Amino acid sequence: MTIDLKTVKHISKLSRISIEEEKAKRLTNDLNSIFKFIEKLNELDTSKTEPLTSVAETTLKLRKDKIESKNIREDILKNSPEKNKDFFVVPKVVE
Amino acid sequence: MSEINNLKLCDLVDKIKNKKLSSKEITEAFINRSKKSSKLNSYITDNFDNALNRAKEFDEKPDFNKKIPGIPLAVKDLFCTKNLRTTAGSKILENFIPTYESTVTQNIIDHGGIIIGKLNCDEFAMGSSNETSNYGNVQNPISENLVPGGSSGGSSAALAAKLTPATIGTDTGGSIRQPASFTGTVGLKPTYGSCSRYGIVAFASSLDQAGPMTHDVKDCALLLEVMSSFDTKDSTSVEFTRGNYLNDLNENIKGKKIGIPKEYKVDGMPKEIEDLWEKGIKIIKDNGGDVIDISLPNTNYALPTYYIVAPAEASSNLARYDGVKYGFRSKGENLIDMYEKTRSEGFGDEVKRRIMIGTYVLSSGYYDAYYLKAQKVRRLIKNDFDEAYKKVDAILTPSTPSSAFKIGEKLNDPVSMYLNDIFTVPINLAGLPAISIPAGHDNNGFPLGLQIIGKAFDEQNILNIAYSIEKNIGYKNHINDWWIK
Repeated sequence: MTIDLKTVKHISKLSRISIEEEKAKRLTNDLNSIFKFIEKLNELDTSKTEPLTSVAETTLKLRKDKIESKNIREDILKNSPEKNKDFFVVPKVVE
Repeated sequence: MSEINNLKLCDLVDKIKNKKLSSKEITEAFINRSKKSSKLNSYITDNFDNALNRAKEFDEKPDFNKKIPGIPLAVKDLFCTKNLRTTAGSKILENFIPTYESTVTQNIIDHGGIIIGKLNCDEFAMGSSNETSNYGNVQNPISENLVPGGSSGGSSAALAAKLTPATIGTDTGGSIRQPASFTGTVGLKPTYGSCSRYGIVAFASSLDQAGPMTHDVKDCALLLEVMSSFDTKDSTSVEFTRGNYLNDLNENIKGKKIGIPKEYKVDGMPKEIEDLWEKGIKIIKDNGGDVIDISLPNTNYALPTYYIVAPAEASSNLARYDGVKYGFRSKGENLIDMYEKTRSEGFGDEVKRRIMIGTYVLSSGYYDAYYLKAQKVRRLIKNDFDEAYKKVDAILTPSTPSSAFKIGEKLNDPVSMYLNDIFTVPINLAGLPAISIPAGHDNNGFPLGLQIIGKAFDEQNILNIAYSIEKNIGYKNHINDWWIK
Protein backbone atom coordinates (compact mmCIF):
# COMPACT_ATOMS: atom_id res chain seq x y z
CA MET A 1 0.00 0.00 0.00
CA THR A 2 1.15 3.56 -0.52
CA ILE A 3 0.76 6.58 1.67
CA ASP A 4 -0.44 9.73 -0.10
CA LEU A 5 -0.06 13.39 0.78
CA LYS A 6 -3.58 13.50 2.23
CA THR A 7 -2.75 10.67 4.64
CA VAL A 8 0.47 12.39 5.69
CA LYS A 9 -1.49 15.56 6.49
CA HIS A 10 -4.00 13.49 8.46
CA ILE A 11 -1.23 11.82 10.49
CA SER A 12 0.36 15.20 11.14
CA LYS A 13 -2.98 16.40 12.57
CA LEU A 14 -3.25 13.29 14.78
CA SER A 15 0.36 13.82 15.93
CA ARG A 16 -0.24 17.52 16.69
CA ILE A 17 2.70 18.48 14.51
CA SER A 18 2.09 21.20 11.94
CA ILE A 19 3.85 20.60 8.67
CA GLU A 20 4.61 22.73 5.60
CA GLU A 21 3.57 21.60 2.14
CA GLU A 22 7.16 21.06 0.94
CA LYS A 23 8.11 18.99 3.99
CA ALA A 24 4.91 16.97 3.76
CA LYS A 25 5.84 15.97 0.21
CA ARG A 26 9.32 14.86 1.26
CA LEU A 27 7.90 13.01 4.23
CA THR A 28 5.45 11.18 1.95
CA ASN A 29 8.42 9.75 0.04
CA ASP A 30 10.30 8.83 3.23
CA LEU A 31 7.29 7.14 4.78
CA ASN A 32 6.62 5.16 1.61
CA SER A 33 10.15 3.80 1.52
CA ILE A 34 9.95 2.92 5.23
CA PHE A 35 6.58 1.22 4.88
CA LYS A 36 7.77 -0.73 1.85
CA PHE A 37 10.51 -2.06 4.10
CA ILE A 38 8.09 -2.75 6.97
CA GLU A 39 5.67 -4.68 4.82
CA LYS A 40 8.12 -7.56 4.65
CA LEU A 41 6.33 -8.79 7.78
CA ASN A 42 3.36 -9.83 5.64
CA GLU A 43 5.43 -12.78 4.41
CA LEU A 44 4.96 -14.39 7.82
CA ASP A 45 1.91 -16.34 8.95
CA THR A 46 1.21 -15.21 12.50
CA SER A 47 -2.40 -16.40 12.76
CA LYS A 48 -1.47 -18.76 15.61
CA THR A 49 1.04 -16.48 17.37
CA GLU A 50 0.27 -14.55 20.53
CA PRO A 51 1.52 -10.92 20.54
CA LEU A 52 4.49 -10.19 22.81
CA THR A 53 3.84 -7.01 24.76
CA SER A 54 6.70 -7.23 27.22
CA VAL A 55 9.82 -9.36 27.50
CA ALA A 56 9.79 -9.11 31.27
CA GLU A 57 6.94 -11.56 31.60
CA THR A 58 6.26 -10.88 35.22
CA THR A 59 3.09 -9.57 36.82
CA LEU A 60 3.21 -6.03 38.10
CA LYS A 61 4.04 -5.76 41.78
CA LEU A 62 1.58 -4.17 44.18
CA ARG A 63 2.79 -1.59 46.65
CA LYS A 64 1.30 0.41 49.51
CA ASP A 65 -0.54 3.47 48.24
CA LYS A 66 1.37 6.04 50.25
CA ILE A 67 2.59 9.51 49.46
CA GLU A 68 6.37 9.67 49.05
CA SER A 69 6.94 13.16 47.74
CA LYS A 70 5.58 16.15 49.61
CA ASN A 71 5.67 19.87 48.91
CA ILE A 72 6.99 19.56 45.39
CA ARG A 73 4.61 22.08 43.82
CA GLU A 74 7.47 24.48 43.13
CA ASP A 75 9.57 21.70 41.61
CA ILE A 76 6.72 20.74 39.29
CA LEU A 77 6.17 24.30 38.13
CA LYS A 78 9.86 25.17 37.90
CA ASN A 79 10.37 24.19 34.24
CA SER A 80 7.08 25.52 32.94
CA PRO A 81 7.41 27.97 30.03
CA GLU A 82 4.57 30.09 31.49
CA LYS A 83 3.02 30.00 34.94
CA ASN A 84 0.88 32.13 37.20
CA LYS A 85 1.19 31.49 40.94
CA ASP A 86 0.30 27.81 41.29
CA PHE A 87 -0.95 27.26 37.73
CA PHE A 88 0.36 26.39 34.29
CA VAL A 89 -0.75 29.03 31.80
CA VAL A 90 -2.07 28.03 28.36
CA PRO A 91 -3.79 30.02 25.58
CA LYS A 92 -7.46 30.67 26.24
CA VAL A 93 -9.50 27.46 25.78
CA VAL A 94 -13.05 28.51 26.72
CA GLU A 95 -14.62 31.54 25.03
CA MET B 1 47.79 14.27 27.38
CA SER B 2 48.34 13.66 31.05
CA GLU B 3 49.27 10.10 32.02
CA ILE B 4 46.10 10.06 34.11
CA ASN B 5 43.91 10.15 30.98
CA ASN B 6 45.51 6.91 29.78
CA LEU B 7 44.44 5.03 32.90
CA LYS B 8 41.41 2.79 32.77
CA LEU B 9 38.58 2.92 35.29
CA CYS B 10 39.84 -0.01 37.42
CA ASP B 11 43.40 1.43 37.44
CA LEU B 12 42.09 4.81 38.60
CA VAL B 13 40.11 3.13 41.38
CA ASP B 14 43.33 1.35 42.50
CA LYS B 15 45.40 4.55 42.37
CA ILE B 16 42.87 6.48 44.39
CA LYS B 17 42.48 3.69 46.97
CA ASN B 18 46.29 3.45 47.32
CA LYS B 19 46.45 7.25 47.66
CA LYS B 20 48.71 7.53 44.60
CA LEU B 21 46.26 10.00 43.08
CA SER B 22 43.62 12.30 44.53
CA SER B 23 40.12 12.76 43.17
CA LYS B 24 41.05 16.36 42.38
CA GLU B 25 44.06 15.35 40.28
CA ILE B 26 42.02 12.82 38.31
CA THR B 27 39.02 15.08 37.85
CA GLU B 28 41.24 17.97 36.72
CA ALA B 29 43.01 15.77 34.17
CA PHE B 30 39.75 14.71 32.50
CA ILE B 31 38.27 18.22 32.65
CA ASN B 32 41.42 19.76 31.12
CA ARG B 33 41.47 17.29 28.27
CA SER B 34 37.72 17.77 27.74
CA LYS B 35 38.26 21.55 27.47
CA LYS B 36 40.90 21.04 24.77
CA SER B 37 38.59 18.73 22.84
CA SER B 38 35.67 21.00 21.98
CA LYS B 39 36.21 20.20 18.29
CA LEU B 40 34.80 16.73 18.91
CA ASN B 41 31.55 18.35 20.14
CA SER B 42 30.99 15.43 22.49
CA TYR B 43 29.60 17.53 25.37
CA ILE B 44 26.24 19.31 25.36
CA THR B 45 26.51 20.66 28.92
CA ASP B 46 29.53 20.59 31.22
CA ASN B 47 29.51 20.39 35.00
CA PHE B 48 33.22 21.16 35.42
CA ASP B 49 33.17 23.73 38.26
CA ASN B 50 30.72 21.77 40.32
CA ALA B 51 32.61 18.51 39.69
CA LEU B 52 35.89 20.04 40.87
CA ASN B 53 34.25 21.11 44.11
CA ARG B 54 32.86 17.64 44.59
CA ALA B 55 36.33 16.18 43.98
CA LYS B 56 37.83 18.47 46.62
CA GLU B 57 35.07 17.48 49.05
CA PHE B 58 35.85 13.82 48.37
CA ASP B 59 39.54 14.33 49.08
CA GLU B 60 38.75 16.05 52.38
CA LYS B 61 36.52 13.19 53.54
CA PRO B 62 37.40 10.20 51.35
CA ASP B 63 35.44 6.94 51.52
CA PHE B 64 37.51 4.23 49.88
CA ASN B 65 34.88 1.54 50.40
CA LYS B 66 32.90 2.86 47.45
CA LYS B 67 33.13 1.08 44.12
CA ILE B 68 34.23 4.15 42.13
CA PRO B 69 35.52 6.50 44.85
CA GLY B 70 36.00 10.07 43.64
CA ILE B 71 36.04 9.03 39.97
CA PRO B 72 34.81 11.60 37.40
CA LEU B 73 32.38 10.39 34.72
CA ALA B 74 30.58 12.16 31.89
CA VAL B 75 27.20 10.64 31.00
CA LYS B 76 24.82 10.58 28.03
CA ASP B 77 22.45 13.55 28.07
CA LEU B 78 19.45 11.25 28.22
CA PHE B 79 19.76 10.70 31.99
CA CYS B 80 17.99 13.27 34.15
CA THR B 81 20.49 14.88 36.49
CA LYS B 82 19.21 17.04 39.33
CA ASN B 83 19.90 20.76 38.77
CA LEU B 84 21.96 19.96 35.64
CA ARG B 85 20.42 20.64 32.25
CA THR B 86 19.14 17.54 30.42
CA THR B 87 18.29 18.00 26.74
CA ALA B 88 18.04 14.48 25.22
CA GLY B 89 19.73 16.14 22.22
CA SER B 90 16.49 18.02 21.48
CA LYS B 91 15.53 21.66 21.11
CA ILE B 92 12.27 20.89 22.89
CA LEU B 93 14.25 20.29 26.13
CA GLU B 94 16.86 23.02 25.59
CA ASN B 95 15.99 24.69 28.92
CA PHE B 96 14.99 21.65 30.93
CA ILE B 97 16.65 21.42 34.34
CA PRO B 98 15.46 18.28 36.14
CA THR B 99 14.44 18.56 39.79
CA TYR B 100 15.25 14.89 40.36
CA GLU B 101 18.03 12.39 39.62
CA SER B 102 17.73 9.26 37.46
CA THR B 103 18.28 6.04 39.41
CA VAL B 104 21.31 5.05 37.33
CA THR B 105 23.11 8.39 37.83
CA GLN B 106 22.10 8.30 41.50
CA ASN B 107 23.75 4.86 41.75
CA ILE B 108 26.91 6.32 40.19
CA ILE B 109 26.91 9.18 42.71
CA ASP B 110 26.15 6.82 45.64
CA HIS B 111 29.11 4.65 44.64
CA GLY B 112 31.42 7.68 44.74
CA GLY B 113 31.27 8.84 41.11
CA ILE B 114 31.34 12.53 40.13
CA ILE B 115 29.34 13.68 37.08
CA ILE B 116 31.54 15.99 34.97
CA GLY B 117 29.10 16.63 32.15
CA LYS B 118 26.34 15.58 29.79
CA LEU B 119 27.28 14.01 26.48
CA ASN B 120 25.82 14.58 23.04
CA CYS B 121 23.42 12.04 21.52
CA ASP B 122 20.93 11.66 18.72
CA GLU B 123 17.70 13.51 19.46
CA PHE B 124 15.66 11.36 21.88
CA ALA B 125 18.20 8.60 21.09
CA MET B 126 16.72 8.24 17.58
CA GLY B 127 19.63 7.75 15.24
CA SER B 128 22.70 5.68 14.44
CA SER B 129 25.26 8.41 13.78
CA ASN B 130 24.63 11.24 16.26
CA GLU B 131 23.62 13.41 13.29
CA THR B 132 20.05 13.99 14.50
CA SER B 133 21.20 15.91 17.60
CA ASN B 134 20.00 19.51 17.85
CA TYR B 135 23.47 20.30 19.25
CA GLY B 136 25.44 19.30 16.16
CA ASN B 137 27.46 16.36 14.87
CA VAL B 138 30.01 14.59 17.01
CA GLN B 139 33.42 13.75 15.54
CA ASN B 140 34.77 10.24 15.93
CA PRO B 141 38.27 10.58 17.49
CA ILE B 142 39.42 7.73 15.21
CA SER B 143 39.36 10.01 12.13
CA GLU B 144 38.08 13.44 11.12
CA ASN B 145 34.55 13.66 9.66
CA LEU B 146 33.75 10.11 10.67
CA VAL B 147 30.56 9.47 12.68
CA PRO B 148 31.04 8.10 16.22
CA GLY B 149 27.91 5.94 15.86
CA GLY B 150 24.69 6.57 17.67
CA SER B 151 22.65 7.24 19.46
CA SER B 152 25.26 7.27 22.28
CA GLY B 153 27.75 9.02 19.96
CA GLY B 154 28.92 11.70 22.40
CA SER B 155 29.54 8.93 24.93
CA SER B 156 31.57 6.74 22.56
CA ALA B 157 33.59 9.73 21.29
CA ALA B 158 34.34 11.11 24.77
CA LEU B 159 35.38 7.68 25.97
CA ALA B 160 37.61 6.83 22.99
CA ALA B 161 39.20 10.31 23.20
CA LYS B 162 39.82 9.77 26.94
CA LEU B 163 37.77 12.77 28.06
CA THR B 164 36.11 10.46 30.59
CA PRO B 165 37.53 7.20 32.00
CA ALA B 166 34.22 5.40 31.33
CA THR B 167 30.69 6.43 30.49
CA ILE B 168 27.10 5.29 30.27
CA GLY B 169 24.72 5.11 27.34
CA THR B 170 21.27 3.79 26.54
CA ASP B 171 20.45 1.12 23.99
CA THR B 172 17.03 0.75 22.34
CA GLY B 173 18.16 -0.93 19.11
CA GLY B 174 21.96 -0.86 19.32
CA SER B 175 22.70 2.63 20.65
CA ILE B 176 25.45 1.41 23.01
CA ARG B 177 26.94 -1.46 21.01
CA GLN B 178 27.11 0.21 17.58
CA PRO B 179 28.93 3.38 18.80
CA ALA B 180 31.25 1.20 20.90
CA SER B 181 32.03 -0.81 17.78
CA PHE B 182 32.65 2.38 15.74
CA THR B 183 35.14 3.78 18.27
CA GLY B 184 37.08 0.69 19.37
CA THR B 185 35.52 0.58 22.85
CA VAL B 186 33.47 -1.87 24.92
CA GLY B 187 29.70 -1.44 25.31
CA LEU B 188 27.17 -3.63 27.09
CA LYS B 189 23.39 -3.63 26.87
CA PRO B 190 22.09 -5.43 29.96
CA THR B 191 19.01 -7.66 30.12
CA TYR B 192 15.76 -5.68 30.05
CA GLY B 193 14.95 -4.98 33.71
CA SER B 194 18.56 -4.97 34.97
CA CYS B 195 19.12 -1.20 35.08
CA SER B 196 16.31 1.08 36.19
CA ARG B 197 14.71 3.26 33.52
CA TYR B 198 13.55 5.81 36.13
CA GLY B 199 14.69 9.28 35.07
CA ILE B 200 15.88 8.27 31.61
CA VAL B 201 14.15 10.29 28.89
CA ALA B 202 11.89 7.63 27.36
CA PHE B 203 12.12 6.57 23.72
CA ALA B 204 10.62 3.05 23.37
CA SER B 205 9.88 1.81 26.86
CA SER B 206 9.73 -1.93 26.15
CA LEU B 207 13.19 -1.80 24.52
CA ASP B 208 15.20 0.92 26.35
CA GLN B 209 18.06 -0.18 28.64
CA ALA B 210 20.99 1.76 30.11
CA GLY B 211 24.44 0.21 30.09
CA PRO B 212 28.18 0.78 30.58
CA MET B 213 30.69 1.92 27.92
CA THR B 214 34.34 1.42 28.82
CA HIS B 215 37.89 0.82 27.56
CA ASP B 216 37.93 -2.86 28.48
CA VAL B 217 35.85 -5.75 29.81
CA LYS B 218 37.08 -5.40 33.41
CA ASP B 219 35.92 -1.78 33.56
CA CYS B 220 32.63 -2.84 31.99
CA ALA B 221 32.04 -5.43 34.73
CA LEU B 222 32.73 -2.84 37.43
CA LEU B 223 30.49 -0.14 35.96
CA LEU B 224 27.64 -2.63 35.43
CA GLU B 225 27.84 -3.48 39.15
CA VAL B 226 27.49 0.22 39.93
CA MET B 227 24.57 0.83 37.55
CA SER B 228 22.38 -2.23 37.98
CA SER B 229 19.86 -2.28 40.84
CA PHE B 230 16.28 -3.26 41.61
CA ASP B 231 14.16 -0.12 41.69
CA THR B 232 10.52 0.19 42.75
CA LYS B 233 10.32 3.46 40.76
CA ASP B 234 10.50 1.45 37.50
CA SER B 235 7.64 -1.05 37.26
CA THR B 236 9.65 -3.19 34.80
CA SER B 237 12.75 -3.35 37.01
CA VAL B 238 13.42 -7.01 37.82
CA GLU B 239 14.23 -8.24 41.32
CA PHE B 240 17.11 -10.70 40.98
CA THR B 241 20.45 -11.15 42.72
CA ARG B 242 22.92 -8.91 40.87
CA GLY B 243 26.30 -10.56 40.35
CA ASN B 244 29.73 -9.52 41.57
CA TYR B 245 30.59 -9.07 37.92
CA LEU B 246 34.15 -7.82 38.41
CA ASN B 247 35.15 -10.23 41.16
CA ASP B 248 33.69 -13.19 39.27
CA LEU B 249 35.26 -12.28 35.94
CA ASN B 250 36.91 -15.43 34.60
CA GLU B 251 38.57 -15.98 31.24
CA ASN B 252 38.11 -19.75 31.39
CA ILE B 253 35.55 -20.69 28.73
CA LYS B 254 36.37 -24.40 28.53
CA GLY B 255 33.30 -26.39 27.54
CA LYS B 256 31.18 -23.28 26.88
CA LYS B 257 28.87 -23.76 23.92
CA ILE B 258 28.90 -20.76 21.58
CA GLY B 259 26.36 -20.51 18.76
CA ILE B 260 27.07 -19.04 15.32
CA PRO B 261 23.80 -17.97 13.65
CA LYS B 262 23.88 -18.52 9.89
CA GLU B 263 21.35 -15.73 9.25
CA TYR B 264 23.93 -13.14 10.35
CA LYS B 265 26.04 -13.94 7.28
CA VAL B 266 24.30 -11.20 5.27
CA ASP B 267 24.82 -10.43 1.59
CA GLY B 268 27.40 -7.80 0.89
CA MET B 269 29.05 -8.03 4.29
CA PRO B 270 32.64 -6.81 3.94
CA LYS B 271 35.22 -9.61 3.92
CA GLU B 272 37.05 -7.93 6.83
CA ILE B 273 34.01 -8.49 9.02
CA GLU B 274 33.72 -12.13 8.00
CA ASP B 275 37.43 -12.59 8.75
CA LEU B 276 37.00 -10.94 12.12
CA TRP B 277 34.14 -13.28 12.95
CA GLU B 278 36.33 -16.25 11.97
CA LYS B 279 39.07 -14.89 14.20
CA GLY B 280 36.65 -14.80 17.15
CA ILE B 281 35.48 -18.35 16.42
CA LYS B 282 39.10 -19.57 16.33
CA ILE B 283 39.88 -17.94 19.68
CA ILE B 284 36.87 -19.63 21.27
CA LYS B 285 37.94 -23.03 19.87
CA ASP B 286 41.57 -22.52 20.91
CA ASN B 287 40.41 -21.81 24.45
CA GLY B 288 38.34 -24.95 24.74
CA GLY B 289 34.93 -23.54 23.81
CA ASP B 290 32.52 -25.51 21.65
CA VAL B 291 31.42 -23.71 18.49
CA ILE B 292 27.98 -24.78 17.26
CA ASP B 293 26.10 -23.68 14.13
CA ILE B 294 22.63 -22.42 14.96
CA SER B 295 19.71 -20.81 13.18
CA LEU B 296 17.69 -17.73 14.16
CA PRO B 297 15.25 -18.02 11.23
CA ASN B 298 13.33 -14.77 11.79
CA THR B 299 16.39 -12.48 11.94
CA ASN B 300 15.42 -10.73 8.70
CA TYR B 301 12.13 -9.63 10.21
CA ALA B 302 13.69 -7.96 13.24
CA LEU B 303 14.31 -4.54 11.67
CA PRO B 304 10.81 -4.16 10.15
CA THR B 305 9.37 -5.23 13.52
CA TYR B 306 11.55 -2.71 15.33
CA TYR B 307 10.48 0.09 12.98
CA ILE B 308 6.87 -0.49 14.01
CA VAL B 309 7.28 -1.18 17.74
CA ALA B 310 9.82 1.55 18.53
CA PRO B 311 8.04 4.44 16.71
CA ALA B 312 4.68 3.33 18.14
CA GLU B 313 6.03 3.52 21.69
CA ALA B 314 7.87 6.75 20.87
CA SER B 315 4.76 8.46 19.53
CA SER B 316 3.04 7.66 22.80
CA ASN B 317 6.01 8.63 25.02
CA LEU B 318 6.64 11.90 23.18
CA ALA B 319 3.00 13.00 23.44
CA ARG B 320 4.02 14.62 26.75
CA TYR B 321 5.98 17.37 24.97
CA ASP B 322 3.16 19.87 24.60
CA GLY B 323 4.79 23.15 25.63
CA VAL B 324 2.79 23.36 28.86
CA LYS B 325 4.54 21.67 31.78
CA TYR B 326 8.17 21.95 30.73
CA GLY B 327 10.34 22.46 27.68
CA PHE B 328 10.19 24.73 24.67
CA ARG B 329 6.95 26.53 23.79
CA SER B 330 6.01 28.30 20.58
CA LYS B 331 3.32 30.98 20.49
CA GLY B 332 -0.01 29.91 19.02
CA GLU B 333 -3.36 31.51 18.29
CA ASN B 334 -5.12 28.93 20.44
CA LEU B 335 -4.26 25.82 22.44
CA ILE B 336 -4.18 23.37 19.51
CA ASP B 337 -2.21 25.81 17.37
CA MET B 338 0.27 26.20 20.24
CA TYR B 339 0.68 22.40 20.52
CA GLU B 340 1.19 21.99 16.78
CA LYS B 341 3.72 24.82 16.44
CA THR B 342 5.59 23.81 19.60
CA ARG B 343 6.02 20.24 18.40
CA SER B 344 6.80 21.25 14.83
CA GLU B 345 9.56 23.67 15.90
CA GLY B 346 10.73 21.74 18.95
CA PHE B 347 11.32 18.35 17.32
CA GLY B 348 13.83 17.59 14.57
CA ASP B 349 13.04 15.79 11.30
CA GLU B 350 13.92 12.22 12.37
CA VAL B 351 11.91 12.50 15.58
CA LYS B 352 8.91 13.88 13.69
CA ARG B 353 9.26 11.10 11.12
CA ARG B 354 9.16 8.45 13.86
CA ILE B 355 6.27 10.06 15.74
CA MET B 356 4.32 10.03 12.49
CA ILE B 357 5.16 6.39 11.70
CA GLY B 358 4.13 5.49 15.25
CA THR B 359 0.91 7.48 15.10
CA TYR B 360 0.01 5.85 11.79
CA VAL B 361 0.63 2.23 12.92
CA LEU B 362 -1.43 2.82 16.06
CA SER B 363 -4.25 4.65 14.29
CA SER B 364 -7.73 3.28 13.81
CA GLY B 365 -7.87 0.74 10.98
CA TYR B 366 -4.11 0.09 10.92
CA TYR B 367 -3.44 -1.13 14.46
CA ASP B 368 -4.00 -4.84 13.69
CA ALA B 369 -2.17 -4.78 10.36
CA TYR B 370 0.95 -3.11 11.74
CA TYR B 371 1.31 -2.88 15.50
CA LEU B 372 -0.33 -6.17 16.46
CA LYS B 373 1.43 -7.93 13.59
CA ALA B 374 4.78 -6.58 14.80
CA GLN B 375 4.13 -7.75 18.35
CA LYS B 376 3.41 -11.23 17.03
CA VAL B 377 6.60 -11.29 14.99
CA ARG B 378 8.42 -10.03 18.07
CA ARG B 379 7.35 -13.23 19.81
CA LEU B 380 8.68 -15.32 16.91
CA ILE B 381 12.03 -13.53 17.21
CA LYS B 382 12.17 -14.17 20.94
CA ASN B 383 11.21 -17.83 20.35
CA ASP B 384 14.19 -18.15 17.97
CA PHE B 385 16.54 -17.20 20.82
CA ASP B 386 14.72 -19.48 23.32
CA GLU B 387 15.19 -22.41 20.92
CA ALA B 388 18.86 -21.56 20.31
CA TYR B 389 19.58 -21.37 24.03
CA LYS B 390 18.47 -24.99 24.45
CA LYS B 391 21.67 -25.84 22.56
CA VAL B 392 24.15 -23.06 23.39
CA ASP B 393 25.23 -20.83 26.29
CA ALA B 394 25.87 -17.70 24.23
CA ILE B 395 25.96 -16.45 20.63
CA LEU B 396 28.80 -14.77 18.74
CA THR B 397 28.16 -12.34 15.85
CA PRO B 398 29.72 -9.19 14.38
CA SER B 399 28.43 -6.02 16.10
CA THR B 400 27.67 -4.12 12.90
CA PRO B 401 27.54 -4.85 9.15
CA SER B 402 30.16 -2.13 8.42
CA SER B 403 32.68 0.12 10.12
CA ALA B 404 31.99 3.81 10.87
CA PHE B 405 30.87 5.87 7.88
CA LYS B 406 31.47 9.50 6.93
CA ILE B 407 29.35 12.32 8.38
CA GLY B 408 26.49 13.02 5.94
CA GLU B 409 26.88 9.76 4.01
CA LYS B 410 23.59 8.13 5.01
CA LEU B 411 21.63 11.17 6.14
CA ASN B 412 19.22 11.29 3.21
CA ASP B 413 18.37 7.61 3.16
CA PRO B 414 16.57 6.58 6.36
CA VAL B 415 16.31 2.90 5.43
CA SER B 416 20.04 2.55 4.75
CA MET B 417 20.69 4.24 8.10
CA TYR B 418 18.31 1.82 9.82
CA LEU B 419 20.14 -1.20 8.28
CA ASN B 420 23.13 -0.33 10.45
CA ASP B 421 21.35 -1.89 13.41
CA ILE B 422 20.63 -5.21 11.74
CA PHE B 423 22.79 -7.24 14.20
CA THR B 424 21.83 -5.35 17.34
CA VAL B 425 18.06 -4.81 17.07
CA PRO B 426 16.96 -8.48 17.49
CA ILE B 427 18.58 -8.52 20.95
CA ASN B 428 16.48 -5.58 22.19
CA LEU B 429 13.31 -7.18 20.81
CA ALA B 430 14.12 -10.33 22.81
CA GLY B 431 15.22 -8.34 25.90
CA LEU B 432 18.59 -10.12 26.12
CA PRO B 433 22.02 -8.91 27.27
CA ALA B 434 24.78 -8.39 24.69
CA ILE B 435 28.27 -6.92 24.71
CA SER B 436 30.30 -5.43 21.87
CA ILE B 437 34.09 -5.62 22.14
CA PRO B 438 36.66 -4.15 19.75
CA ALA B 439 38.25 -6.94 17.75
CA GLY B 440 40.01 -5.55 14.68
CA HIS B 441 40.28 -2.87 11.99
CA ASP B 442 39.08 -2.56 8.42
CA ASN B 443 41.30 -1.47 5.49
CA ASN B 444 40.96 2.17 6.51
CA GLY B 445 42.08 1.42 10.04
CA PHE B 446 38.56 1.96 11.42
CA PRO B 447 37.55 -0.26 14.38
CA LEU B 448 35.28 -3.29 14.07
CA GLY B 449 33.50 -5.07 16.92
CA LEU B 450 32.30 -8.53 17.85
CA GLN B 451 29.06 -9.04 19.75
CA ILE B 452 28.40 -11.72 22.34
CA ILE B 453 24.72 -12.29 23.12
CA GLY B 454 23.67 -14.04 26.34
CA LYS B 455 20.67 -15.61 27.99
CA ALA B 456 18.49 -13.30 30.06
CA PHE B 457 20.31 -12.20 33.27
CA ASP B 458 23.45 -14.11 32.21
CA GLU B 459 25.66 -10.99 32.02
CA GLN B 460 28.47 -12.75 33.87
CA ASN B 461 28.74 -15.37 31.17
CA ILE B 462 29.01 -12.90 28.26
CA LEU B 463 31.47 -10.79 30.25
CA ASN B 464 33.63 -13.90 30.77
CA ILE B 465 33.54 -14.86 27.08
CA ALA B 466 34.30 -11.24 26.12
CA TYR B 467 37.19 -11.24 28.61
CA SER B 468 38.64 -14.39 27.06
CA ILE B 469 38.40 -13.02 23.51
CA GLU B 470 39.81 -9.64 24.60
CA LYS B 471 42.88 -11.32 26.14
CA ASN B 472 43.62 -13.24 22.97
CA ILE B 473 42.69 -10.80 20.21
CA GLY B 474 45.23 -8.10 21.09
CA TYR B 475 43.17 -5.11 19.96
CA LYS B 476 44.64 -1.61 20.26
CA ASN B 477 42.99 1.71 19.40
CA HIS B 478 45.03 4.04 17.16
CA ILE B 479 44.19 7.61 18.12
CA ASN B 480 46.54 10.50 17.34
CA ASP B 481 44.76 13.47 18.97
CA TRP B 482 44.17 15.10 15.55
CA TRP B 483 41.51 17.38 17.06
CA ILE B 484 43.85 19.01 19.57
CA LYS B 485 45.79 21.88 18.06
